[in-house]
Amino acid sequence: MLSWLLKRLVVAPTYIANYGYTDGSGDYYIIVNTDKCDGCGKCVEACVGGVLEVITDDYDDKVLAVKKEHRKNVKYACAPCKPISGKRDLKCQSACPSGAITHSW
Amino acid sequence: MTTEYFRWIEYAWKNPDMDWHKAETLVAGIDVGSVSSQGVVLADGQIYCYSNTRTGSNSPDSAKKALTMAIEGTGIRPEDIKFIVGTGYGRVNIPSANKAITEIACHARGANFMGGPTIRTVLDMGGQDLKGIHCDERGKVTQFLMNDKCAAGTGRGMEVMAELLQVPITEVGQMSLDVAEEPPSVSSTCVIFAKSEAIGLLRSGWTKNMVLAAYCSAMAHRVVGLLERIGVEKDFAITGGISKNIGVVSRILKELGGIPTVTLKPDAQIAGGVGAALFARDLYLKSKK
Amino acid sequence: MITAGIDVGAQAVKVVIVSDGKVLARNLLPTGFDPQESAQKALDGAIHQAGISRGDVKRIVATGAGRKSIAFADRNITEVTADAKGANKLMPSVRTVIDIGAEEARGISCDAEGKVIDFAKNDKCAAGAGAFVESMARALEIKVPEMIEISLKSTKDAPINATCAVFAESEVVSLIHTKIDKADIAHAVHDAIASRVASMVRRIPIDKDVALIGGVANNAAIAEAMKKHLGVDVLVPENPQFVSALGAALAAAA
Repeated sequence: MLSWLLKRLVVAPTYIANYGYTDGSGDYYIIVNTDKCDGCGKCVEACVGGVLEVITDDYDDKVLAVKKEHRKNVKYACAPCKPISGKRDLKCQSACPSGAITHSW
Repeated sequence: MTTEYFRWIEYAWKNPDMDWHKAETLVAGIDVGSVSSQGVVLADGQIYCYSNTRTGSNSPDSAKKALTMAIEGTGIRPEDIKFIVGTGYGRVNIPSANKAITEIACHARGANFMGGPTIRTVLDMGGQDLKGIHCDERGKVTQFLMNDKCAAGTGRGMEVMAELLQVPITEVGQMSLDVAEEPPSVSSTCVIFAKSEAIGLLRSGWTKNMVLAAYCSAMAHRVVGLLERIGVEKDFAITGGISKNIGVVSRILKELGGIPTVTLKPDAQIAGGVGAALFARDLYLKSKK
Repeated sequence: MITAGIDVGAQAVKVVIVSDGKVLARNLLPTGFDPQESAQKALDGAIHQAGISRGDVKRIVATGAGRKSIAFADRNITEVTADAKGANKLMPSVRTVIDIGAEEARGISCDAEGKVIDFAKNDKCAAGAGAFVESMARALEIKVPEMIEISLKSTKDAPINATCAVFAESEVVSLIHTKIDKADIAHAVHDAIASRVASMVRRIPIDKDVALIGGVANNAAIAEAMKKHLGVDVLVPENPQFVSALGAALAAAA
């Protein structure tokens, strides 16, 4: 039990992943804290635009990522949850039990 | 549209002080990027030989060419290499690779190997992307950000400018520093806008050197903007093709206010390939246990 | 009262001269590197066309990206205001205006009087607008009119991953080497732009009627792709490229 715990503490790498892009009009990134993310997938279900997915990363952990085809247009893909006027409602953020997702815009 | 000004010479290098026959394990890392591909071979964990080639229209062929060119003249046969890791945007399409690992992880690992455990921030300026990577003393990634949507700040953007001004890309950096005073930079938000601005500046009497200085300045500004999103911690290292453009690098370092920087040897452009090869070595040795 | 509207765009300067709500003349010149000089020339040309003299023009209002550089204008208004005003005059039933220019695309929600309620835009990225079409035409080594024509005949899309006009140019060059039909590439380009613009427009309420204006509205392939992506019919007025300048000219008379 102790060795399992130690292994999780020492071996599990934490990194912050910024998925998205910058162009002339601004910075658009979905920021994932992989320490807080355990790959539960609730955000994937909640996302209206099919932007997210759970992947196995380089360190063999299940974490949240933005789908490859959306990384270069998150601004457009996430637009349904961010109307110009009206309430901003980030379904992915609300669905996450551990606060692993934030948006930079 | 096609000119020869963007072309830099492909090359390969082998370590004259090493005899690979004496090595127990040979592994390789192949980094297939959107503009250039590198093949790196490690003999018992040390860099033995590598190549820097132009990526073609086909990933598997580019990977093959990179490795072939690296081992050419060394006597190494493909079957002598025990494990190959592929990386770069073309990594999922390298038939000879045993495993694919993201270029983020490989760049951090490669920079750590070539520049030492004090490196905490790696900036990779690639052909069609910009990456900002934070790593720890073991070269493990702690944060990353990649922008590959937009040409501003990438090698391709620089190629556009070199073509416009009809200057060989390898000379851009030096020429940009050869100005009486630093001109104001052009648009850093879009290569297409910067190109229009450059045309206007040339017409109004600016010299090529001044336009190059203005563009390198815009590029540096764009790159620093990306880095500031994740923060810059010392020691700092730059990888990728543009690390060889002294005009851009000097301006980046200036904007960062003289942050302690490590130069990667033997070649900053092979960081991805080196990292991939190191992962290959780990995975091979683990499989033998 | 005779008034003039000058729309200083990223690529072209448009001038419209209006007399009591009626258009007397329209003129267009490339913006070039001296917007003010081009605007002056374009205005002179329009005045000549209308058969009047400079003194007959009582007020000039400028709009567009370069509106602040026109010293001889009496005042300037935003492109969003000008778009809504001009569109409302030509098509009073319109409540959503989409303007696609050379370097910027806008979505505007307006009321029955042509007043702006809300707006969104894609700016400072050449891939969101006309510059992308032109860059792709260059890569395909054909002219834009031909590109539009072949695109309308295609029914499928070639895969284009790049979201930057500069990257897409290199991508298209390699796609051509793989013998993919140019028509399918052209179709994919128009589809990508329309998709991007539609996503932007969805950030504001979309009410009928929907109008498409701006230089790129002349592109029938874009208009068709916009209809597909928005799922509603899209009206394109005559001379869509002059709607903003018309709005400015009308604002001058108000």
